Amino acid sequence: MATEVTTQTAPADSSKQSVMNAAAGATIRPLVDIFETAHGITLRADMPGVSKEGLNLRVEGANLLVEGTIDIVPEEKMSALHADVRSTLYRRSFVLGSELEAENIEADLKDGILTVRIPKRPELRPRKIEVRSS
Amino acid sequence: MLQDVFGEAESLEVFTGIPRFSVVSQPKNGGADMFGSVYSENPLLAQFRRMEEELDEIFGSATPWASGIRSLPPGTFPAINVGSTEDSVTVFLFAPGIDSKKLDISIQDNLLTVRGRREVPREAEATHYRQERFGGEFHRVISLPDDVDPERVEASYRDGVVQIIVRRRETAKPRQIAIR
Repeated sequence: MATEVTTQTAPADSSKQSVMNAAAGATIRPLVDIFETAHGITLRADMPGVSKEGLNLRVEGANLLVEGTIDIVPEEKMSALHADVRSTLYRRSFVLGSELEAENIEADLKDGILTVRIPKRPELRPRKIEVRSS
Repeated sequence: MLQDVFGEAESLEVFTGIPRFSVVSQPKNGGADMFGSVYSENPLLAQFRRMEEELDEIFGSATPWASGIRSLPPGTFPAINVGSTEDSVTVFLFAPGIDSKKLDISIQDNLLTVRGRREVPREAEATHYRQERFGGEFHRVISLPDDVDPERVEASYRDGVVQIIVRRRETAKPRQIAIR
């Protein structure tokens, strides 16, 4: 079953997408940093051009799916001189471990950087074991 | 409309002072023979490469920058798209998480230079699994069409994208000439 992580999930506007997508079906794999602390795992993804409305973040089973649409609307009659970015849809998915609390994921999007914090189940967080001396 | 901006392209040079990936020179002698099998290409990959080259030749007109003398490897930060209209040229820099106030944008004639720095803080106490995102200084130079007016440039930053609009000179616009 799919769990909605964000409420700002906007269904991709198909008309806009066809206008923006040079190659139909092409997606951009966003670059990420992933690190783990005692409390959980943090994922940061570069998704320039994506606003909160264009972001679609969800958990499907054990998968975390990161999706976003670039919503830059250029002037009409604009033709390209150069294009490094040849699609307007970012997509990448990750498999979560069972020790992670998918229902308590927090996400934040600022200046084109998505930060996702996935907490670990409290009982599975590493504990410091005291050694008692008698 | 936009499919053009993200699609086909004419010739344009985009280059940088700091390439993301550097080429490590291979040993001139000795190494090649000894490690021949390590350096030789996987036949399947070689086939892919050949196919790519053939496609490049067929669709070469759509990707002239890929073989330009100053072209950069894919993935250089920041990615750049350049769109053109009759009145202006718009440069999109895909630079998430930069401090736009510290971005140094300058233009001389038709050469647009962008310098900046992106801080990617690493947490010392954490275990890092992937570090794909670019951090550090970047510098890109974009050669714009000759008729741009360096006096009329506007820049804005939204959702991690810098948009720089450079107007074209009035005299360069197409004019209707009436026959008397």
